[in-house]
Amino acid sequence: MLFSALISGLGLGSMYGLMALGFYLTYAVSGTVNFAQGSSMMLGAVVTFTFAQTFGWPVFISVLVALMLCAAYGLIVEIVAVRPFVKRGSDAWLMATVALGIVLDNVVMFTFGKEPRSLPSVLATTPIQLGSSGVGVYPLQLVIPVVGLLLAAALHFISRYTRWGTAMLAVTQNRDAAKLMGIPIQYTIAAAFAMSTMLAGVAGVLIAPLFNVNADMGTLFGLKAFAVAILGGIGSAWGVMLAGILFGIAESLITSSIGSGYTQIIMFTLVIIVLALKPNGLFGRAQVRKV
Amino acid sequence: MNLIRRTLLSASIAISILGTNASIAAEPIKIGLVAALSGQSALSGAAISKGLAIAIDQINAAGGLLNGRKLELVRRDDESNPAKGVVAARELIFKEKVAVIFGGLDTPVSMAIVPLVNQEKIPFMGPWAAGTPITNNGANPNFVFRVSAVDEIVDQGMVDYAQKTFKTSKFGLILVNNPWGESNEKGLKAALAAKGLTAVGSEKFEANDVDIVPQLTRLKAAGADTLFLVGNVGPSAQVVKSLDRMGWKVPIVSHWGPAGGRFTELAGPNAKDVHFVQTYSFFGAQSPVGEKVVKALMAKYPEIKGPEDISPAVGVANAYDGMLLVAQAIAQAGSTEGDAIRRAFYQLDDVTGLIKKYSKPFKPGVHDALTKDDYVWARFIDNRILPVSLN
Repeated sequence: MLFSALISGLGLGSMYGLMALGFYLTYAVSGTVNFAQGSSMMLGAVVTFTFAQTFGWPVFISVLVALMLCAAYGLIVEIVAVRPFVKRGSDAWLMATVALGIVLDNVVMFTFGKEPRSLPSVLATTPIQLGSSGVGVYPLQLVIPVVGLLLAAALHFISRYTRWGTAMLAVTQNRDAAKLMGIPIQYTIAAAFAMSTMLAGVAGVLIAPLFNVNADMGTLFGLKAFAVAILGGIGSAWGVMLAGILFGIAESLITSSIGSGYTQIIMFTLVIIVLALKPNGLFGRAQVRKV
Repeated sequence: MNLIRRTLLSASIAISILGTNASIAAEPIKIGLVAALSGQSALSGAAISKGLAIAIDQINAAGGLLNGRKLELVRRDDESNPAKGVVAARELIFKEKVAVIFGGLDTPVSMAIVPLVNQEKIPFMGPWAAGTPITNNGANPNFVFRVSAVDEIVDQGMVDYAQKTFKTSKFGLILVNNPWGESNEKGLKAALAAKGLTAVGSEKFEANDVDIVPQLTRLKAAGADTLFLVGNVGPSAQVVKSLDRMGWKVPIVSHWGPAGGRFTELAGPNAKDVHFVQTYSFFGAQSPVGEKVVKALMAKYPEIKGPEDISPAVGVANAYDGMLLVAQAIAQAGSTEGDAIRRAFYQLDDVTGLIKKYSKPFKPGVHDALTKDDYVWARFIDNRILPVSLN
């Protein structure tokens, strides 16, 4: 039972982690986030379904197109719902990103339809049995943590060892100085938003075969992913990914040991307790504020 | 000049009198519908609309009601949201002046509308939502009637069916974590207690849960040999997929959630292992009424090519029968006044519907037209809902 809960939680947690990475990315660069990450995740799944199932395109191409559209949506979020407000020093981007997400959910509902649909995958058809304990998982459940950790590693690498990463760090540390050094701040932020929604899209594509595809599939995920991002310390890529996995495993363990009725109560109480003890998250560092 | 003015005046008076007379003769009787026409449950609203439309077409073709007044359906979307349902119902009552309101799939929406219709004395007919307190609402007089399954009775039916079909006795409950799941948890436990049994475990899942293995593992560890499932189509499919991953082959007896969508597509090949309750099936031999309705549906809706396209069948059948009962009540009441219709419901002459022949289906205290004997048990075979007796 314990082993089964661990496996279940690992897959689910990696998904939260992937979406939370998106929060990390934009927050690191701009101090803002797209609160409707759930909608971006849904977009990835819905577009993949549409191209792969409805139009019969090869899955690989469908996924690529879906991720590109997710990136384009990220740019729209930044240009329409974040930039104008940040420019005026307003925090209204908080609401604007949520509003844009609701608009997207409803547009998808009108165009894609209202019924949940299934996106089949060869990786989620026949379960493989792990050991003799009778714990079965779809191969996809094992792929998700691998993809999640690889992406976290890639982000870590990019931010430390590439020009774009250095630019990103520079923008994070001191906007004005970065600007004076000729770093295109606006492009860096826009790119971060595009990558952020793309990550959510990856989560959507990966989760769709295990779940189903529908217009409001991302809402609860988005909320949990945000909790995970805060829990991990939103400024650390490894932190949010690990927090995601911990969150998923804790959820599964509580459900299988105490019972499903208590899962959400205990989980979110734990989140509050952890944040009270470590206000910057499990793996975050306190920011130095210059006054 | 004077002559012209006088001619125009008399002509306009004549037109207005003619117009008024014509409008009195043709003034339609409005039938309201508050159901989910968008959102995840939109198919349910579409099915109810079809059942109502076919019944209304037949009644109108036969000359309408109350000396030739035609019936007119006025639909409003509740988006499965109780607050929106109440706003829609208010609009139908006060602005559209409907004679009767039909409800939709969602118990919480119907529960929100019930106090309003009882206060405004407008009869409410439930063609789908199965929550026990919808009709059993404590109001006197009670304006709420229903042609659908009732949770409490479905729960007794589920226990009977499992015992009879699978000869099992260790039942595990796996229920969606919302008022519907809660209402059935109470009902199932009461139905088991009535037979001197207790459930070996009761687990909840969220409508958006991806993995239900942890909950099912607990039920398996508790020794469950049959599962009672209550959830809408998406979450029910997640239960089946989780069972598949666990490699646990266990009989599943379900409320009618799986019938609400593409269950085979969502749950995969094991979808066929779920036995669920229905009130009607368009497959198999049909009564003359059944044949007439299928024909009418195929003629009116080009997308319906046969019984497999009349889905979800319960929505169409319950709404059709509900409309026939409402029409009979209006005819017997001789008016569209709410209380007269309510009283007429208790005196109904026999009405032959799709599900059965209704003879005096309602009396004070009994506002549900269907009983346990009217239920049909079904399975999904190749994307089609087939009665268990047919496969």
